[in-house]
Parts: sequence; C-alpha cells; structure tokens
Amino acid sequence: MRSVLTIAGRQFRSYFNGPVAYIVICIILLTLGFFFWKTFFLFGRASAREMFRWLGLILVFSLPALTMGLLAEEKRTGTIELLITMPVTEAQVIVGKFLGVLGLYVVLLALTISYPLSVSTLGDLDWGPVWSGYLGLLLQGSAVLAIGLMASSWTSNQLIALFVALTLSVFFWVLDKFLALLPTNAASALQWLSFDYHFQSMARGVIDLRDVLFFASVIVFALAVAFRALEARRWS
Amino acid sequence: MSDVMIDARELTKQYGTVTALQNASFQVNRGEVVGFLGPNGAGKTTTMKILTCFIAPSGGTAQVGGADIFEDPIAVRELIGYLPESTPLYTEMLVLEYLQFVGKMRGLRAAGLEARLRRVVEETSLGEVIGKSIGELSKGFRQRVGLAQALIHEPPVLILDEPMSGLDPNQASEIRELIREIGRERTIILSTHNLAEVRVTCGRVLIISQGQLVADDTPDELAARAGKPRFIATLKQNGHSAGEIREVFSAIGDAQSVKEQTGAAPGELLVEVVPKGNQDLRAEIFQVAVSAKLVLLGLEQRGENLEDVFRQLTTGNGGASS
Ligand SMILES: Nc1ncnc2c1ncn2[C@@H]1O[C@H](COP(=O)(O)OP(=O)(O)O)[C@@H](O)[C@H]1O
Ligand SMILES: [Mg+2]
Repeated sequence: MRSVLTIAGRQFRSYFNGPVAYIVICIILLTLGFFFWKTFFLFGRASAREMFRWLGLILVFSLPALTMGLLAEEKRTGTIELLITMPVTEAQVIVGKFLGVLGLYVVLLALTISYPLSVSTLGDLDWGPVWSGYLGLLLQGSAVLAIGLMASSWTSNQLIALFVALTLSVFFWVLDKFLALLPTNAASALQWLSFDYHFQSMARGVIDLRDVLFFASVIVFALAVAFRALEARRWS
Repeated sequence: MSDVMIDARELTKQYGTVTALQNASFQVNRGEVVGFLGPNGAGKTTTMKILTCFIAPSGGTAQVGGADIFEDPIAVRELIGYLPESTPLYTEMLVLEYLQFVGKMRGLRAAGLEARLRRVVEETSLGEVIGKSIGELSKGFRQRVGLAQALIHEPPVLILDEPMSGLDPNQASEIRELIREIGRERTIILSTHNLAEVRVTCGRVLIISQGQLVADDTPDELAARAGKPRFIATLKQNGHSAGEIREVFSAIGDAQSVKEQTGAAPGELLVEVVPKGNQDLRAEIFQVAVSAKLVLLGLEQRGENLEDVFRQLTTGNGGASS
C-alpha cells in the first residue's frame, strides 16, 4: 500500500513540473466559465445544472490529455524498467498511477466549486443536486481516466494513447445521442452503456446505485486490462 | 544464504524468432565483480533484464540470493540494485526528490531514509547537484544518480548495464573508481563491450556472443590465452649504449628475452622485456634499473592482445542464431 501511495504521490507531483496539467486546468475553467455565465445571464436561472451539463462534456474531451503519458511516456523513455524492477507488483503500479491522476482530478473539481458558490450568492441554490452532480463528475471522470490509463498501457506513443482514449471516451459519451434512429431494444441497451445517461441522472440530483455500479465496473475493467497489458510485457 | 548469489541455469530468451539468449548458465559468488563482455546484440541486456525480473526467460530459470525469479520476483528485486542501459531517469524531477522517491519505494522511511540519502550522496559525490533537476545534468552526473538510486537500499547484488558507456574518459574513470569502491563488499555484474574496462574493474569475465556464453575466465587467464605480456621500459640514454642496457635487464631471473625497440624519442631508449611465463616483471624492472643507476622514464605493460582473443571468441563460433 505504501508503494502505491509513493507512486501516486510522485505522479501527482510530476504534473506540476510540466505544462499539460496547467493547460487542462485552464481550458476547463475557461470554457466552463464561458458557457456557464452565458446561460446564466440568458435564462437568469440560479442553477448549477448548466455547469454539470458542460463540465461532463469538457472533461470527456480533456481528461485523456492527463492520462496519455502515464505509462506510454515511461515506456518511451525506459523509466518503466526502473519502476517495475523495484519491489512492486504490476497491480501496485497501475493503482498508484491511477490514484496519482485521480488526485489531480479531485483538485481540478475542487477548483470548479467556485462556480456554484458564486451562483449561490446570486440567488437560492439547491445544494442537493450540486453534491450528487459532483459525485457524478467524480465517477464519470474516473471512468475516463481509467480508460486513458488503459490506452496508455497499450503503446509507448502518448499521442496514440491520447487518440485511443479520446475515441473510446467520446464513443461512450455519445452512445445515447442517436437512439431515436434505432429499434427500442438496441436503443435501451446502448443507452445503458452511455456515460452521459448515467451522469445526467446524477446531475439532476438522483443517486441511483446502478449508476454508481456502472461507473465502478468500467473503472475496474479498464484498470484490469491495463494491468494485463503491463504484465504481458514480461512474457513477450 | 549460500555463497552463490546469482545462479543462472540454462537461460534462454526468444523474441519472436530471434534467439537473444541460448542456454546460458553461470554462477556468481558473494563479493565477486563479474564483467559481462560481448559485442552489441550479444544478449547482455537480455540477461540482466531476466535477472531483475523485468522480463521472463523463455526457458531455464535463475535464483538471486536463493530467491527464484519466477516464484518470488519481489524478493529478487529487493536484493538487487539495478542500473539499466542508458540510465532512464525521471528528468523533470530534482536529484534529491528522485532519490527520496526511490528510497521510499525501497521501503526506507524517515530517519533511515535521511541517513541513507546522505550516505549515497556522499559516496557518489552528488552533493553539488542535489537541488538540480535531473534533465539539466551532464551524462556523468546522470550516471552517478543512476548508481545512487541503485545503491540506496544497500543491496547485496548490483546489476549495472554498460555503466561507463557514453562517458568521456575522465567521467569513465571516476565511475570506474566508484564501482571498484562499491564492489569491495558487494556482488556486482556489469556489462560492457569494452575490454580495457573489464581489466581494471572485474575479477572475472563472462564473454557472451550471439546469445551464448563462450568464456568464463579471470582477466589474467584471458590475457594468458592471448599470449605473453610484454613490458616496455623507457629510459634516459645518458650515454649508455643499447648493449649495456640490455645486459642490465637480462639479469632479471624471469626474463626470457630483452630487446631494444625502435621509436624512442631523442635521448631516450625503449627496451622490451618478455617474461618466461606470465609473470608481472614491473617491480623487478624498476629495481634493476634503480640499482644500475638508470633513469626510468616510463614502464608499460603491453602486447597481451586481448582484442584478438575477444574477436576470436566472439566471431565465427557458429553461434546461437543463424
Ligand atoms: N524487445 C526486443 N524485441 C526483439 N528483439 C530484441 C528485443 N530486445 C533485444 N532483442 C534482440 O536480442 C538480441 C540481444 O539483445 P541485447 O540483449 O540487447 O544485447 P546486448 O545488450 O548484448 O547488446 C539482439 O539481437 C536484439 O536485437
Ligand atoms: Mg545492451
């Protein structure tokens, strides 16, 4: 467990030595600010719903930039060799990496709290949906991060990792957007696989155990695949 | 633990259709410094990656300090300090930060970590760059950081993959000195494709070629295969004739032949002394020169053509892969 936290801590701190984390944080805060205030003044509503609507989407697009290098860059530079030949298991490396980037994501979410706070000063804000929305963001974001880590475990080129992670997360996000074109059975199956479907119900203030379990299974599955990929190296 | 620290048994590694290593068996005892010598692509790095449990062999197995690489890779890794080829480090980290990270990964905490950090920084003379980021360091300093991270947990076994390559002669000799220092109480395997390096640092040489071990010798035995050593003394002429000088050196009991050599600078003489066996005659040459009041300007051991032996062993041995 100590090794996991040591790896996570190093990963977390390393984000502040490079530009990527700062860029992602800026992009998220700026676009969020823009859409949020635009709609707020347009409709004059004191609600955080708009924020979650946009934040969910922005995160799906920007989080893969944080995960692309997690393993790919270590493989390209060879540092993975020193990491793996320390007394740790591959599982500890994967979980450590995941917690490291998750830590950064939590910081990022904490920064966005300023928006609902400003809304609450302008009018009555119902904090219930805000907290459930944040839980939704945390879960959906974690799933995107786990998918990104999985993509990063497949290659030593971080741009490929970025592309694969983007494709997968955007795919799971748009799944419920074209349902009208499909027969009902297929539509409900696809809807159930969609990130946004599960996320939006949380953003409305509904915490359903099934939504939580859905994201949890995506996370576990992606991390397990990443673990397998890292382990396969030894036998190649 | 027995005295065999590394026991490799019939290691074979296949990358697809490429056989990188074939039936390599060897043992390294506690306290030995073994040079792993072979041309590029011989299988040195592959062997080291297997011993550090980074990759698994396709056949055979190995034990390090009694722990098996398949059954207990974590125990194996705990016993080893590893410097991979080309020293991959987190370049964005500060030297101190990085060594702290490795120390923690190696299970060191608080005061213990602090003490070990101070010790390795001293051993590897990293004091002056401790607050710099690794990316800014010269190749020589980077190599020291690599050695420092390998040493931090006081491992009984060190595996160093080409620790001197890419360094300028000054840096290389500093690192060599450091390795010799470290090697006093540790088992070390270091790989190189440079013969001269092995001679000064290693007590034993394993020569590997095309994935097969082709020799397991001490550097001296290897030299013996290469033919006799020769000693070249440079003397101030001071009016002595070549014949006189030859006579002086012929008095050495173990000298088989004494010859004058061409190519001396003006006012100097070059004399070649060949021993009867493989004796080191440098001390005798010095003493004889002093007692005959000759001025000895230089004394050099030469001519055991190790390069030739090496070439002989590593080419056309009908190697592993065809
Ligand atoms: N990951 C790999 N995939 C395929 N072939 C490899 C791989 N690593 C090494 N080889 C091949 O295995 C052989 C031995 O390589 P290596 O152990 O690196 O040699 P050395 O360290 O002695 O230069 C070489 O022919 C090399 O091309
Ligand atoms: Mg090599």
